[in-house]
Amino acid sequence: MPVYIESYKFMNTCSIYPLGDSAMTLDLGNCIDDQLNSRALTIYDWLGAHPLEGITDRIVAYSSVSVFYDTTGIRNRTAVTEWLLEAWQRTDQIPKQSDGREISIPVCYEGEYAPDLEQVARHTGLAAAELVELHTSIEYRIYMIGFLPGFPYLGKLDRRLEVPRKARPVPVIAGGVGIAGMQTGVYPLNSPGGWQIIGRTPLRLFDRHAYPPILLRTGDRVRFYPVSTADFMAWKP
Amino acid sequence: MSFSIIKAGLLDTIQDLGRNGFGNWGIPPGGAMDVYAAQVANLLVGNNRCEAVIEIHFPGPQILFEQNTMIAITGADFSPTVNDETIPRWQPVVVRKNTVLHFPTHVQGSRCYLSVHGGYCMKKWLNSFSTSLKAGAGGLNGTPLKKGDELPFNENTIYFAGLLKKEESNFEVLPWRVNSEKVYQFPHEIGVTPGHEWPLLTEASQAAFAENNFLIHPSSDRMGYQMKGNPLSLREPLELVSTAVSFGTVQLLPDGQLIVLMADHQTTGGYPRIAHVISAHLPKLAQLRPSDTIQFKWTNMEEAEHLLVSRKKELHILQRSCLDHLNEVVC
Repeated sequence: MPVYIESYKFMNTCSIYPLGDSAMTLDLGNCIDDQLNSRALTIYDWLGAHPLEGITDRIVAYSSVSVFYDTTGIRNRTAVTEWLLEAWQRTDQIPKQSDGREISIPVCYEGEYAPDLEQVARHTGLAAAELVELHTSIEYRIYMIGFLPGFPYLGKLDRRLEVPRKARPVPVIAGGVGIAGMQTGVYPLNSPGGWQIIGRTPLRLFDRHAYPPILLRTGDRVRFYPVSTADFMAWKP
Repeated sequence: MSFSIIKAGLLDTIQDLGRNGFGNWGIPPGGAMDVYAAQVANLLVGNNRCEAVIEIHFPGPQILFEQNTMIAITGADFSPTVNDETIPRWQPVVVRKNTVLHFPTHVQGSRCYLSVHGGYCMKKWLNSFSTSLKAGAGGLNGTPLKKGDELPFNENTIYFAGLLKKEESNFEVLPWRVNSEKVYQFPHEIGVTPGHEWPLLTEASQAAFAENNFLIHPSSDRMGYQMKGNPLSLREPLELVSTAVSFGTVQLLPDGQLIVLMADHQTTGGYPRIAHVISAHLPKLAQLRPSDTIQFKWTNMEEAEHLLVSRKKELHILQRSCLDHLNEVVC
């Protein structure tokens, strides 16, 4: 039976634990919360501004920051733990940053661009126009980028739009705007996906020829606005 | 100066040691599945360990050498031949212009690596040569190698014709090699350290995890190995928000089965993290095939780190000795 290693735990508000032998996670609590996400971003930035030799990557998620390291570049795990702990302590007094940029995303909620809109309307008992109204009425926060290059996890959705994921993933075309649970997101690439697709944006969220290749970042605030099929087709980037 | 693909294999892609540093953009690390074999392939021919290599699955490609050059093949054994004569693996080989490399039979392992002296010459995407099939970027146009592809490699200063001793010989095997046995010994025993959600498994599942065998399902690929075994369960239902995951993370799926994340894994995931395969055992896991079985072995963190650090030291020593050998041969 293994010895479970928790490197550090403080009053249930912060724990630091290994993610295998070459990465560690600083976890602020298992929940979707703007303040925790903002703190995670602040920690991510602090770590970037105070680099430790041998660190190969940093990833911020809903309420955590993970760092990946080259074991030979770092004397031991303790150094990484202390670095993360320092980041947590030093960011305690930093005021909540005015996160990210404001970004408006055009979405066509019509016809072939919205293959699951009817199904969602049936499930929620709302009319299509009401769905669009609810989906476009909120300014969402990007809690993290994951799943696919440039895929934003946005929340929180209006409760009335809460729908389950599909039982099985189906092909989704790039630009597909999906909802699932209390979240909404946009598929940057053609990919199998399990979210209910209620629209499509003509914007390119991922472009391998561009630098950076992704449009959105964790912490950005996003608003969707409806465009017609004609506008979608005539859209010039 | 190039290789020409005269017949494509099942899945031949350009890889290196991965695309590190872009996880926060959701860009998977990718890279060679077996980083040990990929590095050794490079070191044997005098390259830096981070150069691009071709990762080859079976059935493999047929490749025409358009120049005299030096290659090495490591990893899986697909019985490589040059103009129908067997060439050794884990050893550098000088090959003659207009000969053809072929992989006629599968003997063992899942993927092999082909390096060339000087390294393949192509543009990096986000700091890495690795092909990301999902992003359609990196490698050669972001796709697997196809018939007709030309793979240029960097100019080199070695006069290879001088190394091809006999005029009629198709290749010349150079006298240094790597014994990789230790890295791949006990192939079915895969070392793991506990994951964060390990304590949340039922006692019976905790016992079953270490005692049972798990089968690698045929749907396994470069993204992950789907495992088939007795289903495991949590003490109580758990909703997790997504966090970062890594190469080797063992996740518990809702149906009680396990998945081991491999090189092309997503950057984040929300399934319970039961365990993590130790980095030093990822190469041998990468060489197992669908329908092989594995058994997870608990390893303490210190041992996992020790194995990894000594592996890296060995590679460092290997690099120096390969360069010394190469200098001797060329002078």
